[in-house]
Amino acid sequence: MQTVGQPIRKKDAEALVTGKPVFTDDLAMKDCLIVKLLRSPHANAMLKKIKTDTAKLVPGIEAIYTWEDVPKHRFTLAGQTYPEPSPYDRLILDRHVRYVGDPVAIVAGENEECVDRALKMIKAEYEVLPAVLDFHTAKDNEVLVHPEDNWKALCPVGADNQRNLCAEEESHAGDVDAVLAGCDVILEETYHVRAAQQTMMETFRTVCYKDAYGRLNVMSSSQIVYHVRRILSNALGISKSKIRVFKPRIGGGFGAKQTAVSEIYPAFVTWMTGKPSKIIFTREETQTASSPRHEMEITVKLGADSEGNIQAINMYTLSNTGAYGEHGPTTVGLSGHKSIPLYGSLKAHRFSYDVVYTNQMSAGAYRGYGATQGIFALESAVNELAERLHMDPVELRMKNMVREGQVMPAYYGETANSCALDRCLMRAAEMIGWKEKYPCRDMGDGKIRSVGIAMAMQGSCISSVDVGSATVKLNEDGSYMMSIAAADMGTGCDTILAQIAAESLECPVGNIAVSGADTDTSPYDSGSYASSTTYITGTAVRHACEQLREKICSQAARMLECGAEELEYDGNVAKDVKSGKTVTLEEIGVASMCNNVQALQVTESYSSPVSPPPFMAGAVEIELDKETGQVEILDYAAVVDCGTVVNPNLARVQTEGALAQGIGMALYENVQYTDKGKLLNNSLMQYKIPSRLDVGRLRVEFESSYEPTGPFGAKSIGEIVINTPAPAIAHAIANATGSKFRELPITSEKIAMGAR
Amino acid sequence: MQISLVLNGKKITEEITPDLLLIDFLRNHGCYSVKRGCETSNCGLCTVFLDKKPVLSCSVLTARTDGHAIDTLEGLQDEAKEFGAFIADQGAEQCGFCNPGMIMNAIALFRENADPTDEEIKEYLAGNLCRCSGYEGQLRGIRAFLEYKRQGGASCRQ
Repeated sequence: MQTVGQPIRKKDAEALVTGKPVFTDDLAMKDCLIVKLLRSPHANAMLKKIKTDTAKLVPGIEAIYTWEDVPKHRFTLAGQTYPEPSPYDRLILDRHVRYVGDPVAIVAGENEECVDRALKMIKAEYEVLPAVLDFHTAKDNEVLVHPEDNWKALCPVGADNQRNLCAEEESHAGDVDAVLAGCDVILEETYHVRAAQQTMMETFRTVCYKDAYGRLNVMSSSQIVYHVRRILSNALGISKSKIRVFKPRIGGGFGAKQTAVSEIYPAFVTWMTGKPSKIIFTREETQTASSPRHEMEITVKLGADSEGNIQAINMYTLSNTGAYGEHGPTTVGLSGHKSIPLYGSLKAHRFSYDVVYTNQMSAGAYRGYGATQGIFALESAVNELAERLHMDPVELRMKNMVREGQVMPAYYGETANSCALDRCLMRAAEMIGWKEKYPCRDMGDGKIRSVGIAMAMQGSCISSVDVGSATVKLNEDGSYMMSIAAADMGTGCDTILAQIAAESLECPVGNIAVSGADTDTSPYDSGSYASSTTYITGTAVRHACEQLREKICSQAARMLECGAEELEYDGNVAKDVKSGKTVTLEEIGVASMCNNVQALQVTESYSSPVSPPPFMAGAVEIELDKETGQVEILDYAAVVDCGTVVNPNLARVQTEGALAQGIGMALYENVQYTDKGKLLNNSLMQYKIPSRLDVGRLRVEFESSYEPTGPFGAKSIGEIVINTPAPAIAHAIANATGSKFRELPITSEKIAMGAR
Repeated sequence: MQISLVLNGKKITEEITPDLLLIDFLRNHGCYSVKRGCETSNCGLCTVFLDKKPVLSCSVLTARTDGHAIDTLEGLQDEAKEFGAFIADQGAEQCGFCNPGMIMNAIALFRENADPTDEEIKEYLAGNLCRCSGYEGQLRGIRAFLEYKRQGGASCRQ
């Protein structure tokens, strides 16, 4: 392969490193109305009165909207394929406010100053209601988060607003109780993963304006332009033909921007006023009113024989979706379906869950999407089981892990057609020096060095749901245009997809210009989430390029007056083997634009009945201060099987970035509320993400399998790589202290208190 | 109030409000490389030079720059391009939103210390947060750039 597998520089790199104005707010027109939101100070309340008349008199104020001014049909902000599993439980503004931060009024004005003044002058009177703040008590609580009659679940996910249930389900294979009853060793523990924030550097933001046709144009920092178009169509009650959604460069997403967090407010303002408007979320709003990871409490019951053969897993997950159900019914599924299949030795498993509404900010999609929580629980439990069995945790895993060719009953019955998990684990153990360092060494200076390990998996799309598409066309100089609606949010998918195109078309990657994502011009794509872009959109790109090659060849055959089967084509020159006559790609391109009725342009869509899991292993060495509980990451060895590595640089940086996020999640990132439901960690002062002093040494290697259904053998990498730090670090801390920490984050305070 | 300052080598005299933050003044003057990532001086995205020293423009009142010189990445395009290429060669620019602040601060580091150790690099840039890269790729890029400089900047970069 010429291009796939090469560490090619990202196409937008120079603009990004020189600080060019390529992001949403850089490109906003200067006369935009500034849009801000008045937010609820109460966790659960009914608006009795809201007075905006004096606020409207502030000079420069264009409009103020309250619940009385907006459409009354409900929708979801979740960026999912229709019909969305997330219930329709939102209004643009609701009389019933359900968390501290829920919008109460939209204010639009000429500048920030007048908008800030007007916000202070709105008088809202609330009937404060009791709130559901502990997710353990939410199910069947007498306080209902969504008592309204027009709440609606489109899919049979087990949702019931009269029970505070966003979803529930049970699935199993084999008789788990009978198998557990026959096991020599049973381990049952409960693990708690708190919410965590994606904390992309660019906060949520959207710019709206009307074009020459009176259509609503929406430029947004979004991973899901087509879903945003549908959400706005639902929210505003207008036709999709009246809406265009497009994204410029995105300052990070990590799933946060798989929910339409900011779009509806300026869209409503521009639709009503006809004037351009923009909303730029503050960091505080991005912390308090956004789409963080679902808090989950997961009970794992493991059974094994005395030889260490794991026979059964029973898992129950309680997930907290917060005030609204965005991604509630789906994230929870991954906690079991993308953790249990790591173990191929099982005779039976059961996985059940409840997803509950509470009066906290709505959760959403965050890299890993529930698998992260489930893998923390299961991998921690397996490490505890190893201790119970007096077995080395690496050995225990080698004995039980899923192998290539195995059917995975908990993974929708799919077969692991590409799996190098065994090689990943062996290599990670070797890199960290497992044999010498496990479990710990007392350094004699009040510090202990210890190691920990974990495995992980994810998917490569939502099978039989996600759609990726690409339009590829030939220019008259022999270069190509490629249009996509997958969203490069910094990950480099514009470049990766261009590499796949270049490989298919046998040309340099520089000959492929990429544009998108734009609902007016890009072919339909469900968007960049669920680790789907390389696998799904990449396959669509490959198919489109193969078909374009055929069209190029038939054009060449016409020009050479020969049959297409008599043609040799190398991506640059087509040759009639009989006559020896040739035409160049440039000549073919020029000819296609004169007296031609066959477009040298192809659009292909792709969807997959399977979602091949990438696999990985992570091993960490830490140094723990016995006195203070301080944990320093010394070394992290990550070995990933993402199938063929399309761009080694970008795959490596994906891994390193996710390891850092996982380290933060394991040790200190936390979303905490007061007993009144107000968020405590509402700035980067209180919500600490790792700096470059906190991540230690991160080492990444690849042990590639070849996925037969993926483009050039590729699977996915974006999400899986966040899944090992929490269980591996928890394991290392347990190996250093002898104490098990089953709740994230494992702060120094907890360690110091627990160890004493 | 009226202030005069030199922005990227150009003298500007302007009426401003006393509470105008430097970051907003700069973005109003087309310096869009200056990004806001927080409101609490934690992220380093808005780093610019005030009299050649790096400062957080979210935490400086424009009024305080009266009579001083401000440089943003718009005024340092050649250096940004030269050094940024090494970050790009690692794929470590990623989303790019934190790049201008980090690159400003890295340029400040190289001017102060042409041969920093890994620890010195990490400490100097500790206030420049990045959520995409995990920092390792940035460190590799910085090391490669320093090596290139030690070789006299001879190798031909694209």
